[in-house]
Amino acid sequence: MSDWLRLRVPFMYDLLDHLKHYQAPKNLNFWYFFGALSLLVLGNQLLTGIWLLMYYTPTAADAMASIEFMMREVNFGWLFRYLHAAGASFFFVVVYLHMYRALLYGSYKAPREILWLSGCVMLLLLMAEAYTGYVLPWGQMSYWAARVITSLFKTIPVIGEPLVLLIQGDYEVSEVTLHRFFSFHVVLFPLIILGFVFFHTLCLHAVGSNNPDGIEIKDNLDAQGKPKDGVSFHPFYTVKDVMGVGIFLFIFLSVVFLAPRGWGLVLEPENFEIANPMVTPLHIKPSWYLAPYYAILRAVPDKSLGAIAMFASLLMFFLLPWLDRSPVRSMRYKGPLSRITLGLFTVSFLGLLIVGCLPATYWATFSARIFAILYFSFFFLMPIYSYYDWHKVPPSRLTI
Amino acid sequence: MSEVDLKKRRLLQSAGAWGVLGIVGAAVPFLQSLNPSRVTRLKGMPVEVDVSNMSEGQQKTVMWRGKPVWIIKRSKEMLASLDVLQGNLRDPGSESSSQPSYAQNQYRSVDPNYLVLLGVCTHLGCAPTYRPEKGAIDSEWQGGFFCSCHGSKFDLAGRVFDGVPAPTNLEVPPYHFKDGALVIGEEGE
Ligand code: HEM
Ligand code: FES
Repeated sequence: MSDWLRLRVPFMYDLLDHLKHYQAPKNLNFWYFFGALSLLVLGNQLLTGIWLLMYYTPTAADAMASIEFMMREVNFGWLFRYLHAAGASFFFVVVYLHMYRALLYGSYKAPREILWLSGCVMLLLLMAEAYTGYVLPWGQMSYWAARVITSLFKTIPVIGEPLVLLIQGDYEVSEVTLHRFFSFHVVLFPLIILGFVFFHTLCLHAVGSNNPDGIEIKDNLDAQGKPKDGVSFHPFYTVKDVMGVGIFLFIFLSVVFLAPRGWGLVLEPENFEIANPMVTPLHIKPSWYLAPYYAILRAVPDKSLGAIAMFASLLMFFLLPWLDRSPVRSMRYKGPLSRITLGLFTVSFLGLLIVGCLPATYWATFSARIFAILYFSFFFLMPIYSYYDWHKVPPSRLTI
Repeated sequence: MSEVDLKKRRLLQSAGAWGVLGIVGAAVPFLQSLNPSRVTRLKGMPVEVDVSNMSEGQQKTVMWRGKPVWIIKRSKEMLASLDVLQGNLRDPGSESSSQPSYAQNQYRSVDPNYLVLLGVCTHLGCAPTYRPEKGAIDSEWQGGFFCSCHGSKFDLAGRVFDGVPAPTNLEVPPYHFKDGALVIGEEGE
Protein backbone atom coordinates (compact mmCIF):
# COMPACT_ATOMS: atom_id res chain seq x y z
CA MET A 1 0.00 0.00 0.00
CA SER A 2 2.62 2.53 1.03
CA ASP A 3 4.79 1.69 -1.98
CA TRP A 4 1.80 2.07 -4.25
CA LEU A 5 1.15 5.54 -2.82
CA ARG A 6 4.80 6.56 -2.76
CA LEU A 7 5.12 5.96 -6.50
CA ARG A 8 2.01 7.91 -7.40
CA VAL A 9 1.95 10.88 -5.01
CA PRO A 10 5.46 11.07 -3.58
CA PHE A 11 4.99 14.55 -2.19
CA MET A 12 1.90 13.67 -0.16
CA TYR A 13 3.44 10.44 0.96
CA ASP A 14 6.55 12.19 2.26
CA LEU A 15 4.45 14.83 3.95
CA LEU A 16 2.38 12.29 5.89
CA ASP A 17 5.47 10.27 6.69
CA HIS A 18 7.17 13.37 7.99
CA LEU A 19 4.23 14.40 10.17
CA LYS A 20 4.12 10.93 11.66
CA HIS A 21 7.81 10.68 12.51
CA TYR A 22 8.37 14.31 13.47
CA GLN A 23 10.73 14.22 16.46
CA ALA A 24 9.20 16.15 19.33
CA PRO A 25 10.89 16.69 22.70
CA LYS A 26 9.65 14.13 25.19
CA ASN A 27 8.86 16.65 27.93
CA LEU A 28 6.18 18.79 26.25
CA ASN A 29 3.55 19.76 28.83
CA PHE A 30 -0.03 21.07 28.63
CA TRP A 31 1.17 24.44 27.27
CA TYR A 32 1.83 22.60 24.03
CA PHE A 33 -1.84 21.71 23.57
CA PHE A 34 -2.79 25.17 22.39
CA GLY A 35 -1.34 24.93 18.87
CA ALA A 36 -3.37 21.83 18.12
CA LEU A 37 -6.39 23.45 19.78
CA SER A 38 -6.01 26.53 17.54
CA LEU A 39 -6.27 24.22 14.55
CA LEU A 40 -9.32 22.58 16.07
CA VAL A 41 -11.06 25.93 16.58
CA LEU A 42 -10.07 27.06 13.08
CA GLY A 43 -11.72 23.89 11.77
CA ASN A 44 -14.81 24.69 13.84
CA GLN A 45 -14.97 28.25 12.42
CA LEU A 46 -14.66 27.01 8.84
CA LEU A 47 -17.25 24.28 9.20
CA THR A 48 -19.86 26.27 11.12
CA GLY A 49 -19.10 29.33 8.98
CA ILE A 50 -19.95 27.45 5.79
CA TRP A 51 -23.24 26.35 7.35
CA LEU A 52 -24.10 29.88 8.58
CA LEU A 53 -23.41 31.12 5.09
CA MET A 54 -26.29 29.06 3.74
CA TYR A 55 -28.79 31.31 5.50
CA TYR A 56 -27.02 34.62 6.10
CA THR A 57 -27.87 37.69 3.93
CA PRO A 58 -25.33 40.52 3.85
CA THR A 59 -27.68 43.50 3.45
CA ALA A 60 -28.50 46.21 5.97
CA ALA A 61 -32.21 45.41 5.88
CA ASP A 62 -31.94 41.62 6.15
CA ALA A 63 -28.69 40.76 7.93
CA MET A 64 -30.09 40.65 11.44
CA ALA A 65 -33.38 39.11 10.33
CA SER A 66 -31.54 36.34 8.48
CA ILE A 67 -29.56 35.50 11.61
CA GLU A 68 -32.73 35.50 13.72
CA PHE A 69 -34.37 33.24 11.16
CA MET A 70 -31.42 30.91 11.39
CA MET A 71 -31.61 30.89 15.18
CA ARG A 72 -35.34 30.20 15.34
CA GLU A 73 -36.40 28.32 12.24
CA VAL A 74 -33.43 26.45 10.79
CA ASN A 75 -32.87 22.99 12.28
CA PHE A 76 -29.94 23.35 14.67
CA GLY A 77 -29.29 26.85 13.29
CA TRP A 78 -28.83 28.10 16.87
CA LEU A 79 -26.10 25.51 17.36
CA PHE A 80 -24.06 26.65 14.38
CA ARG A 81 -24.36 30.26 15.34
CA TYR A 82 -23.40 29.69 18.97
CA LEU A 83 -20.54 27.39 17.98
CA HIS A 84 -19.27 30.05 15.58
CA ALA A 85 -19.64 33.01 17.96
CA ALA A 86 -18.22 31.19 21.00
CA GLY A 87 -15.58 29.70 18.69
CA ALA A 88 -14.32 33.21 17.90
CA SER A 89 -13.86 33.99 21.60
CA PHE A 90 -12.24 30.65 22.31
CA PHE A 91 -9.96 31.14 19.32
CA PHE A 92 -8.45 34.12 21.10
CA VAL A 93 -8.29 32.32 24.46
CA VAL A 94 -6.37 29.50 22.85
CA VAL A 95 -4.13 31.74 20.74
CA TYR A 96 -3.25 34.00 23.67
CA LEU A 97 -2.29 30.95 25.76
CA HIS A 98 -0.31 29.60 22.79
CA MET A 99 1.63 32.89 22.70
CA TYR A 100 2.09 32.91 26.46
CA ARG A 101 3.81 29.53 26.20
CA ALA A 102 6.33 31.17 23.87
CA LEU A 103 6.93 33.89 26.47
CA LEU A 104 7.44 31.28 29.21
CA TYR A 105 9.87 29.07 27.32
CA GLY A 106 11.54 31.63 25.03
CA SER A 107 10.21 29.93 21.91
CA TYR A 108 10.51 33.18 19.92
CA LYS A 109 14.31 33.23 20.28
CA ALA A 110 16.74 32.09 17.56
CA PRO A 111 16.33 29.97 15.47
CA ARG A 112 12.52 30.35 15.71
CA GLU A 113 12.17 34.04 14.75
CA ILE A 114 10.32 33.44 11.48
CA LEU A 115 8.04 30.93 13.17
CA TRP A 116 7.18 33.54 15.80
CA LEU A 117 6.74 36.32 13.20
CA SER A 118 4.37 34.18 11.15
CA GLY A 119 2.34 33.73 14.34
CA CYS A 120 2.29 37.51 14.94
CA VAL A 121 0.94 38.05 11.43
CA MET A 122 -1.73 35.44 12.11
CA LEU A 123 -2.76 37.28 15.28
CA LEU A 124 -3.35 40.43 13.22
CA LEU A 125 -5.22 38.44 10.56
CA LEU A 126 -7.35 36.83 13.22
CA MET A 127 -8.24 40.25 14.60
CA ALA A 128 -9.21 41.43 11.13
CA GLU A 129 -11.25 38.26 10.67
CA ALA A 130 -13.04 38.63 14.00
CA TYR A 131 -13.66 42.34 13.44
CA THR A 132 -15.21 41.85 10.00
CA GLY A 133 -17.28 38.94 11.37
CA TYR A 134 -18.49 41.07 14.26
CA VAL A 135 -19.90 43.60 11.77
CA LEU A 136 -21.99 40.98 9.92
CA PRO A 137 -25.06 40.76 12.25
CA TRP A 138 -25.43 44.54 11.66
CA GLY A 139 -26.46 45.31 15.20
CA GLN A 140 -25.73 48.54 17.07
CA MET A 141 -22.34 47.30 18.32
CA SER A 142 -21.46 45.96 14.87
CA TYR A 143 -22.13 49.31 13.28
CA TRP A 144 -20.50 51.51 15.90
CA ALA A 145 -17.46 49.29 16.34
CA ALA A 146 -16.98 49.50 12.57
CA ARG A 147 -17.15 53.28 12.75
CA VAL A 148 -14.73 53.63 15.63
CA ILE A 149 -12.17 51.35 13.98
CA THR A 150 -12.37 52.91 10.51
CA SER A 151 -12.09 56.37 12.05
CA LEU A 152 -8.76 55.23 13.55
CA PHE A 153 -7.34 54.88 10.06
CA LYS A 154 -8.33 58.47 9.32
CA THR A 155 -5.58 59.61 11.70
CA ILE A 156 -2.92 58.38 9.24
CA PRO A 157 -1.53 61.59 7.69
CA VAL A 158 -2.28 62.38 4.02
CA ILE A 159 -3.49 58.93 2.87
CA GLY A 160 -5.86 58.42 5.83
CA GLU A 161 -9.02 59.94 4.31
CA PRO A 162 -8.78 58.38 0.82
CA LEU A 163 -7.80 55.05 2.39
CA VAL A 164 -10.90 55.02 4.60
CA LEU A 165 -13.07 55.93 1.59
CA LEU A 166 -11.52 52.99 -0.25
CA ILE A 167 -12.13 50.57 2.64
CA GLN A 168 -15.68 51.76 3.35
CA GLY A 169 -16.74 52.28 -0.26
CA ASP A 170 -19.00 55.04 1.01
CA TYR A 171 -18.67 58.36 2.80
CA GLU A 172 -19.58 56.63 6.05
CA VAL A 173 -19.82 53.00 7.17
CA SER A 174 -22.89 51.71 5.34
CA GLU A 175 -24.44 48.72 3.64
CA VAL A 176 -21.72 48.93 1.00
CA THR A 177 -19.17 48.43 3.79
CA LEU A 178 -21.17 45.54 5.25
CA HIS A 179 -21.20 43.75 1.93
CA ARG A 180 -17.46 43.97 1.36
CA PHE A 181 -16.64 43.06 4.97
CA PHE A 182 -18.71 39.96 4.26
CA SER A 183 -16.45 39.18 1.32
CA PHE A 184 -13.32 39.77 3.42
CA HIS A 185 -14.63 37.70 6.32
CA VAL A 186 -15.77 34.75 4.28
CA VAL A 187 -13.15 34.50 1.54
CA LEU A 188 -10.19 36.84 1.73
CA PHE A 189 -9.04 36.52 5.35
CA PRO A 190 -9.78 32.79 5.79
CA LEU A 191 -7.72 32.04 2.67
CA ILE A 192 -4.79 34.09 3.89
CA ILE A 193 -5.07 32.57 7.37
CA LEU A 194 -5.00 29.05 5.94
CA GLY A 195 -1.91 29.94 3.92
CA PHE A 196 -0.19 31.21 7.03
CA VAL A 197 -1.18 28.16 9.05
CA PHE A 198 0.57 26.03 6.44
CA PHE A 199 3.64 28.27 6.50
CA HIS A 200 3.66 28.27 10.33
CA THR A 201 3.69 24.46 10.43
CA LEU A 202 6.38 24.37 7.76
CA CYS A 203 8.60 26.69 9.83
CA LEU A 204 7.99 24.63 12.96
CA HIS A 205 9.03 21.41 11.31
CA ALA A 206 12.12 23.02 9.82
CA VAL A 207 13.55 24.22 13.16
CA GLY A 208 11.84 21.73 15.50
CA SER A 209 9.82 22.28 18.67
CA ASN A 210 11.22 24.14 21.63
CA ASN A 211 10.39 22.69 25.07
CA PRO A 212 9.94 23.70 28.71
CA ASP A 213 13.69 23.45 29.32
CA GLY A 214 14.45 25.69 26.36
CA ILE A 215 17.38 23.57 25.15
CA GLU A 216 17.90 22.01 21.70
CA ILE A 217 17.20 18.28 21.53
CA LYS A 218 19.15 18.26 18.27
CA ASP A 219 22.34 18.80 20.28
CA ASN A 220 22.19 15.20 21.58
CA LEU A 221 21.83 12.68 18.76
CA ASP A 222 22.04 8.90 18.92
CA ALA A 223 23.91 6.65 16.47
CA GLN A 224 21.06 6.85 13.92
CA GLY A 225 21.11 10.63 14.05
CA LYS A 226 17.84 10.87 16.00
CA PRO A 227 17.60 13.17 19.02
CA LYS A 228 18.03 11.09 22.19
CA ASP A 229 15.36 13.17 23.94
CA GLY A 230 12.88 13.09 21.06
CA VAL A 231 9.83 10.91 20.48
CA SER A 232 7.78 10.40 17.32
CA PHE A 233 4.82 12.73 17.02
CA HIS A 234 2.65 9.73 16.29
CA PRO A 235 1.53 8.00 18.46
CA PHE A 236 3.02 9.86 21.43
CA TYR A 237 1.64 13.35 20.85
CA THR A 238 -1.37 12.45 18.74
CA VAL A 239 -2.66 10.50 21.73
CA LYS A 240 -1.72 13.23 24.18
CA ASP A 241 -3.37 15.91 22.02
CA VAL A 242 -6.58 13.87 21.93
CA MET A 243 -6.73 14.24 25.70
CA GLY A 244 -6.19 18.00 25.38
CA VAL A 245 -8.96 18.15 22.80
CA GLY A 246 -11.26 16.24 25.18
CA ILE A 247 -10.69 18.69 28.02
CA PHE A 248 -11.05 21.66 25.69
CA LEU A 249 -14.29 20.40 24.16
CA PHE A 250 -15.74 19.85 27.64
CA ILE A 251 -15.15 23.51 28.54
CA PHE A 252 -16.03 24.90 25.11
CA LEU A 253 -19.25 22.95 24.74
CA SER A 254 -20.27 23.76 28.32
CA VAL A 255 -20.22 27.42 27.34
CA VAL A 256 -21.97 26.76 24.01
CA PHE A 257 -24.79 24.79 25.65
CA LEU A 258 -25.12 26.37 29.08
CA ALA A 259 -24.11 30.01 28.57
CA PRO A 260 -24.07 30.56 24.79
CA ARG A 261 -23.85 34.32 25.11
CA GLY A 262 -20.87 33.95 27.40
CA TRP A 263 -22.15 36.46 29.99
CA GLY A 264 -22.15 39.19 27.35
CA LEU A 265 -18.55 38.43 26.38
CA VAL A 266 -19.38 36.23 23.40
CA LEU A 267 -22.50 38.03 22.19
CA GLU A 268 -23.24 41.46 23.63
CA PRO A 269 -26.83 42.36 24.54
CA GLU A 270 -26.51 45.71 22.69
CA ASN A 271 -25.90 43.84 19.48
CA PHE A 272 -29.37 42.37 19.41
CA GLU A 273 -30.59 45.85 18.46
CA ILE A 274 -30.41 46.73 14.77
CA ALA A 275 -27.76 49.22 13.57
CA ASN A 276 -28.84 52.86 13.76
CA PRO A 277 -26.48 55.58 12.46
CA MET A 278 -28.37 58.27 14.41
CA VAL A 279 -28.07 56.82 17.90
CA THR A 280 -24.80 55.86 19.56
CA PRO A 281 -25.04 53.21 22.26
CA LEU A 282 -24.21 54.78 25.62
CA HIS A 283 -21.15 52.67 26.12
CA ILE A 284 -19.24 51.42 23.10
CA LYS A 285 -17.03 48.57 24.10
CA PRO A 286 -14.95 46.30 21.91
CA SER A 287 -14.96 42.50 22.09
CA TRP A 288 -12.96 41.41 25.13
CA TYR A 289 -10.10 40.09 23.02
CA LEU A 290 -9.49 43.54 21.50
CA ALA A 291 -10.09 45.41 24.78
CA PRO A 292 -6.41 45.61 25.89
CA TYR A 293 -5.45 47.57 22.76
CA TYR A 294 -8.59 49.69 22.94
CA ALA A 295 -7.71 50.56 26.56
CA ILE A 296 -4.29 51.77 25.38
CA LEU A 297 -5.96 53.87 22.68
CA ARG A 298 -8.20 55.55 25.26
CA ALA A 299 -5.40 55.99 27.79
CA VAL A 300 -3.57 58.48 25.57
CA PRO A 301 -5.19 61.93 25.67
CA ASP A 302 -4.21 62.75 22.08
CA LYS A 303 -6.14 61.06 19.27
CA SER A 304 -3.40 60.35 16.73
CA LEU A 305 -0.84 59.49 19.42
CA GLY A 306 -3.43 57.14 20.91
CA ALA A 307 -3.86 55.40 17.57
CA ILE A 308 -0.08 55.11 17.21
CA ALA A 309 0.25 53.68 20.73
CA MET A 310 -2.46 51.15 19.95
CA PHE A 311 -0.80 49.92 16.77
CA ALA A 312 2.57 49.96 18.54
CA SER A 313 1.24 47.75 21.34
CA LEU A 314 0.60 45.05 18.74
CA LEU A 315 3.81 45.62 16.79
CA MET A 316 5.85 45.13 19.98
CA PHE A 317 5.30 41.39 19.67
CA PHE A 318 7.11 41.39 16.34
CA LEU A 319 10.25 42.82 17.95
CA LEU A 320 10.43 40.31 20.78
CA PRO A 321 13.10 37.98 19.27
CA TRP A 322 15.51 40.92 19.11
CA LEU A 323 14.62 42.51 22.44
CA ASP A 324 15.44 39.43 24.51
CA ARG A 325 19.20 39.32 25.09
CA SER A 326 19.15 36.57 27.69
CA PRO A 327 21.56 33.66 27.08
CA VAL A 328 18.87 31.13 28.06
CA ARG A 329 15.38 30.59 26.67
CA SER A 330 13.17 29.14 29.37
CA MET A 331 11.80 30.93 32.44
CA ARG A 332 12.99 27.84 34.34
CA TYR A 333 16.56 29.12 34.00
CA LYS A 334 15.98 32.84 33.63
CA GLY A 335 16.52 35.00 36.71
CA PRO A 336 14.21 36.97 39.03
CA LEU A 337 14.15 40.11 36.86
CA SER A 338 12.72 38.27 33.86
CA ARG A 339 10.21 36.45 36.03
CA ILE A 340 8.98 39.58 37.80
CA THR A 341 8.66 41.55 34.56
CA LEU A 342 6.72 38.73 32.92
CA GLY A 343 4.45 38.67 35.99
CA LEU A 344 3.90 42.44 35.73
CA PHE A 345 3.24 42.12 32.02
CA THR A 346 0.63 39.45 32.69
CA VAL A 347 -1.07 41.69 35.25
CA SER A 348 -0.96 44.69 32.90
CA PHE A 349 -2.42 42.74 29.97
CA LEU A 350 -5.29 41.40 32.06
CA GLY A 351 -5.75 44.81 33.67
CA LEU A 352 -5.95 46.50 30.27
CA LEU A 353 -8.41 43.86 29.14
CA ILE A 354 -10.70 44.64 32.06
CA VAL A 355 -10.52 48.45 31.89
CA GLY A 356 -10.94 48.29 28.10
CA CYS A 357 -14.38 46.81 28.71
CA LEU A 358 -15.37 49.46 31.29
CA PRO A 359 -16.71 52.97 30.60
CA ALA A 360 -13.96 55.60 30.54
CA THR A 361 -14.33 56.92 34.07
CA TYR A 362 -11.52 58.74 35.86
CA TRP A 363 -10.26 55.60 37.60
CA ALA A 364 -10.53 53.44 34.50
CA THR A 365 -8.42 55.92 32.53
CA PHE A 366 -5.98 56.30 35.39
CA SER A 367 -5.39 52.57 35.77
CA ALA A 368 -5.27 52.13 31.98
CA ARG A 369 -2.33 54.57 31.97
CA ILE A 370 -0.46 52.67 34.69
CA PHE A 371 -1.07 49.33 32.94
CA ALA A 372 -0.06 50.77 29.57
CA ILE A 373 3.25 51.98 31.00
CA LEU A 374 3.87 48.52 32.50
CA TYR A 375 2.91 46.89 29.21
CA PHE A 376 5.38 48.92 27.18
CA SER A 377 8.15 48.70 29.80
CA PHE A 378 8.09 44.92 29.51
CA PHE A 379 9.20 45.33 25.90
CA PHE A 380 11.32 48.48 25.98
CA LEU A 381 13.35 47.51 29.05
CA MET A 382 13.81 43.91 27.97
CA PRO A 383 17.24 44.43 26.32
CA ILE A 384 18.47 45.67 29.72
CA TYR A 385 16.89 43.34 32.27
CA SER A 386 17.21 40.19 30.16
CA TYR A 387 20.93 40.86 29.74
CA TYR A 388 21.85 41.74 33.33
CA ASP A 389 19.61 39.12 34.97
CA TRP A 390 20.98 36.31 37.19
CA HIS A 391 20.21 33.35 34.95
CA LYS A 392 21.02 29.72 35.85
CA VAL A 393 22.88 27.30 33.60
CA PRO A 394 20.39 24.99 31.85
CA PRO A 395 21.02 21.21 31.88
CA SER A 396 22.37 19.55 28.74
CA ARG A 397 19.58 16.93 28.62
CA LEU A 398 15.84 17.35 29.16
CA THR A 399 14.56 17.18 32.72
CA ILE A 400 11.24 15.38 33.02
CA MET B 1 29.56 30.79 -16.38
CA SER B 2 29.19 31.70 -20.01
CA GLU B 3 29.31 35.30 -21.05
CA VAL B 4 26.22 37.40 -20.58
CA ASP B 5 24.42 38.18 -23.81
CA LEU B 6 23.64 41.85 -23.16
CA LYS B 7 21.08 42.02 -25.92
CA LYS B 8 19.06 39.15 -24.51
CA ARG B 9 19.49 40.50 -21.00
CA ARG B 10 18.09 43.87 -22.10
CA LEU B 11 15.18 42.16 -23.80
CA LEU B 12 14.42 40.26 -20.59
CA GLN B 13 14.67 43.43 -18.53
CA SER B 14 12.29 45.36 -20.73
CA ALA B 15 9.91 42.41 -20.82
CA GLY B 16 10.01 42.40 -17.01
CA ALA B 17 9.34 46.13 -16.88
CA TRP B 18 6.33 45.72 -19.18
CA GLY B 19 5.10 42.89 -17.01
CA VAL B 20 5.25 45.05 -13.88
CA LEU B 21 3.47 47.83 -15.74
CA GLY B 22 0.78 45.35 -16.74
CA ILE B 23 0.27 44.20 -13.16
CA VAL B 24 0.00 47.79 -11.93
CA GLY B 25 -2.49 48.52 -14.71
CA ALA B 26 -4.53 45.44 -13.86
CA ALA B 27 -4.62 46.48 -10.21
CA VAL B 28 -6.34 49.77 -11.07
CA PRO B 29 -9.82 48.36 -11.74
CA PHE B 30 -9.62 46.19 -8.63
CA LEU B 31 -8.78 49.15 -6.40
CA GLN B 32 -11.02 51.60 -8.21
CA SER B 33 -14.04 49.32 -7.74
CA LEU B 34 -13.57 49.63 -3.99
CA ASN B 35 -14.21 53.38 -4.15
CA PRO B 36 -17.80 54.71 -3.91
CA SER B 37 -19.85 53.69 -6.95
CA ARG B 38 -21.90 56.09 -9.06
CA VAL B 39 -25.07 55.32 -7.08
CA THR B 40 -23.28 55.88 -3.79
CA ARG B 41 -21.91 59.16 -5.12
CA LEU B 42 -25.39 60.21 -6.24
CA LYS B 43 -26.73 59.41 -2.79
CA GLY B 44 -24.01 61.73 -1.49
CA MET B 45 -25.51 64.70 -3.42
CA PRO B 46 -26.54 67.90 -1.57
CA VAL B 47 -29.79 67.87 0.44
CA GLU B 48 -32.22 70.78 0.73
CA VAL B 49 -33.91 71.58 4.03
CA ASP B 50 -36.71 74.04 4.73
CA VAL B 51 -35.75 75.92 7.88
CA SER B 52 -38.32 78.72 7.73
CA ASN B 53 -40.68 77.17 10.28
CA MET B 54 -38.09 76.24 12.92
CA SER B 55 -38.68 77.61 16.40
CA GLU B 56 -35.90 79.07 18.56
CA GLY B 57 -33.73 76.43 20.19
CA GLN B 58 -35.15 73.68 17.98
CA GLN B 59 -32.87 70.99 16.54
CA LYS B 60 -33.43 69.35 13.18
CA THR B 61 -31.41 66.34 12.04
CA VAL B 62 -31.01 65.32 8.42
CA MET B 63 -28.84 62.62 6.94
CA TRP B 64 -26.16 63.57 4.44
CA ARG B 65 -23.63 61.02 3.19
CA GLY B 66 -24.62 58.60 5.95
CA LYS B 67 -23.88 61.12 8.67
CA PRO B 68 -26.35 63.11 10.74
CA VAL B 69 -26.25 66.87 10.10
CA TRP B 70 -27.76 69.07 12.79
CA ILE B 71 -29.48 72.35 12.16
CA ILE B 72 -30.14 74.40 15.24
CA LYS B 73 -31.96 77.68 15.35
CA ARG B 74 -30.16 79.65 18.04
CA SER B 75 -31.88 82.26 20.18
CA LYS B 76 -30.34 85.63 21.16
CA GLU B 77 -29.60 84.20 24.56
CA MET B 78 -27.82 81.19 23.14
CA LEU B 79 -25.67 83.41 20.91
CA ALA B 80 -24.80 85.55 23.92
CA SER B 81 -23.56 82.50 25.82
CA LEU B 82 -20.86 81.99 23.20
CA ASP B 83 -19.02 85.16 24.27
CA VAL B 84 -18.43 84.18 27.88
CA LEU B 85 -16.84 80.77 27.27
CA GLN B 86 -13.72 81.75 25.30
CA GLY B 87 -11.21 80.86 28.07
CA ASN B 88 -12.28 77.23 28.52
CA LEU B 89 -12.16 76.30 24.84
CA ARG B 90 -9.38 74.40 23.15
CA ASP B 91 -9.71 76.07 19.76
CA PRO B 92 -11.95 79.15 20.16
CA GLY B 93 -10.89 80.65 16.80
CA SER B 94 -11.37 77.31 14.96
CA GLU B 95 -7.80 77.51 13.65
CA SER B 96 -7.08 73.79 13.81
CA SER B 97 -10.64 72.64 13.18
CA SER B 98 -12.25 71.84 9.88
CA GLN B 99 -14.97 74.03 8.44
CA PRO B 100 -15.49 76.04 5.26
CA SER B 101 -13.89 79.49 5.41
CA TYR B 102 -17.29 81.19 5.65
CA ALA B 103 -17.93 79.35 8.93
CA GLN B 104 -14.63 80.18 10.57
CA ASN B 105 -15.98 82.87 12.84
CA GLN B 106 -17.17 83.08 16.42
CA TYR B 107 -20.60 81.66 15.61
CA ARG B 108 -19.18 79.13 13.15
CA SER B 109 -21.98 79.81 10.70
CA VAL B 110 -23.07 81.87 7.71
CA ASP B 111 -26.15 83.21 9.44
CA PRO B 112 -25.59 83.30 13.23
CA ASN B 113 -29.22 82.29 13.79
CA TYR B 114 -28.67 78.92 12.14
CA LEU B 115 -25.98 76.52 13.29
CA VAL B 116 -25.17 73.69 10.86
CA LEU B 117 -22.90 70.92 12.16
CA LEU B 118 -21.92 67.36 11.44
CA GLY B 119 -23.27 65.33 14.35
CA VAL B 120 -20.12 63.25 14.55
CA CYS B 121 -17.80 63.52 17.53
CA THR B 122 -14.29 64.45 16.39
CA HIS B 123 -12.87 61.96 18.88
CA LEU B 124 -13.97 58.55 17.61
CA GLY B 125 -17.13 59.31 15.70
CA CYS B 126 -19.97 58.80 18.19
CA ALA B 127 -23.12 60.93 17.92
CA PRO B 128 -23.13 63.56 20.68
CA THR B 129 -26.45 64.73 22.14
CA TYR B 130 -27.85 68.26 22.06
CA ARG B 131 -28.19 69.57 25.62
CA PRO B 132 -29.44 73.18 25.43
CA GLU B 133 -30.55 73.43 29.08
CA LYS B 134 -28.25 75.45 31.35
CA GLY B 135 -26.51 73.34 34.01
CA ALA B 136 -27.46 70.06 32.33
CA ILE B 137 -23.97 68.51 32.34
CA ASP B 138 -22.19 70.49 35.06
CA SER B 139 -22.84 73.67 37.00
CA GLU B 140 -21.10 75.91 34.42
CA TRP B 141 -22.91 74.32 31.46
CA GLN B 142 -24.29 77.05 29.16
CA GLY B 143 -25.89 74.60 26.77
CA GLY B 144 -24.09 72.67 24.03
CA PHE B 145 -23.37 69.13 22.92
CA PHE B 146 -22.25 66.24 25.06
CA CYS B 147 -20.71 63.02 23.78
CA SER B 148 -21.48 60.23 26.19
CA CYS B 149 -18.93 57.86 24.68
CA HIS B 150 -15.87 59.37 26.30
CA GLY B 151 -17.29 62.57 27.74
CA SER B 152 -16.37 65.24 25.17
CA LYS B 153 -18.12 68.59 25.54
CA PHE B 154 -18.86 71.23 22.90
CA ASP B 155 -20.49 74.66 23.17
CA LEU B 156 -23.45 75.92 21.16
CA ALA B 157 -21.17 76.65 18.21
CA GLY B 158 -19.71 73.12 18.29
CA ARG B 159 -16.45 74.39 19.79
CA VAL B 160 -14.68 71.80 21.92
CA PHE B 161 -13.87 72.40 25.58
CA ASP B 162 -10.41 71.92 27.04
CA GLY B 163 -9.54 68.69 28.84
CA VAL B 164 -11.81 66.32 26.92
CA PRO B 165 -10.70 63.62 24.46
CA ALA B 166 -12.07 65.23 21.27
CA PRO B 167 -9.17 67.10 19.65
CA THR B 168 -11.04 69.64 17.50
CA ASN B 169 -14.34 71.46 17.13
CA LEU B 170 -17.27 69.65 15.54
CA GLU B 171 -17.02 69.78 11.77
CA VAL B 172 -19.13 72.17 9.71
CA PRO B 173 -20.21 70.69 6.37
CA PRO B 174 -20.24 72.88 3.25
CA TYR B 175 -23.63 74.61 2.95
CA HIS B 176 -25.36 77.75 1.73
CA PHE B 177 -28.80 79.31 1.64
CA LYS B 178 -30.70 79.30 -1.64
CA ASP B 179 -34.05 81.09 -1.94
CA GLY B 180 -34.61 80.78 1.80
CA ALA B 181 -33.86 77.05 1.87
CA LEU B 182 -30.74 75.53 3.37
CA VAL B 183 -28.64 73.42 0.98
CA ILE B 184 -26.23 71.04 2.71
CA GLY B 185 -23.28 69.49 0.91
CA GLU B 186 -22.58 72.24 -1.61
CA GLU B 187 -20.74 75.54 -1.57
CA GLY B 188 -22.64 78.68 -2.49
CA GLU B 189 -21.53 80.84 -5.39
C1 HEM C 1 -11.09 31.89 11.00
C2 HEM C 1 -11.63 32.37 12.02
C3 HEM C 1 -12.98 33.00 12.13
C4 HEM C 1 -13.29 33.84 13.17
C5 HEM C 1 -12.37 34.23 14.31
C6 HEM C 1 -14.65 34.29 12.95
C7 HEM C 1 -15.33 35.18 13.80
C8 HEM C 1 -16.64 35.60 13.64
C9 HEM C 1 -17.37 36.45 14.54
C10 HEM C 1 -16.79 37.10 15.80
C11 HEM C 1 -18.63 36.60 14.06
C12 HEM C 1 -19.73 37.36 14.70
C13 HEM C 1 -20.43 36.41 15.63
C14 HEM C 1 -21.88 36.71 15.83
O1 HEM C 1 -22.18 37.81 16.26
O2 HEM C 1 -22.70 35.80 15.56
C15 HEM C 1 -18.72 35.85 12.83
C16 HEM C 1 -19.85 35.75 12.03
C17 HEM C 1 -19.95 35.06 10.81
N1 HEM C 1 -18.96 34.28 10.22
FE1 HEM C 1 -17.10 33.97 11.00
N2 HEM C 1 -15.15 33.71 11.80
C18 HEM C 1 -14.16 32.92 11.25
C19 HEM C 1 -14.28 32.19 10.07
C20 HEM C 1 -15.40 32.16 9.20
C21 HEM C 1 -15.46 31.46 7.94
C22 HEM C 1 -14.32 30.68 7.35
C23 HEM C 1 -16.72 31.68 7.41
C24 HEM C 1 -17.33 31.21 6.12
C25 HEM C 1 -16.79 30.42 5.23
C26 HEM C 1 -17.44 32.50 8.34
C27 HEM C 1 -18.76 32.94 8.15
C28 HEM C 1 -19.47 33.77 9.03
C29 HEM C 1 -20.82 34.24 8.84
C30 HEM C 1 -21.73 33.92 7.67
C31 HEM C 1 -21.11 35.04 9.97
C32 HEM C 1 -22.40 35.80 10.23
C33 HEM C 1 -23.39 35.02 10.99
C34 HEM C 1 -23.44 35.37 12.47
O3 HEM C 1 -23.16 36.47 12.85
O4 HEM C 1 -23.82 34.50 13.25
N3 HEM C 1 -16.62 32.78 9.41
N4 HEM C 1 -17.50 35.23 12.58
S1 FES D 1 -16.32 59.63 20.49
FE1 FES D 1 -17.08 61.35 21.48
S2 FES D 1 -15.85 61.42 23.21
FE2 FES D 1 -15.03 59.70 22.19
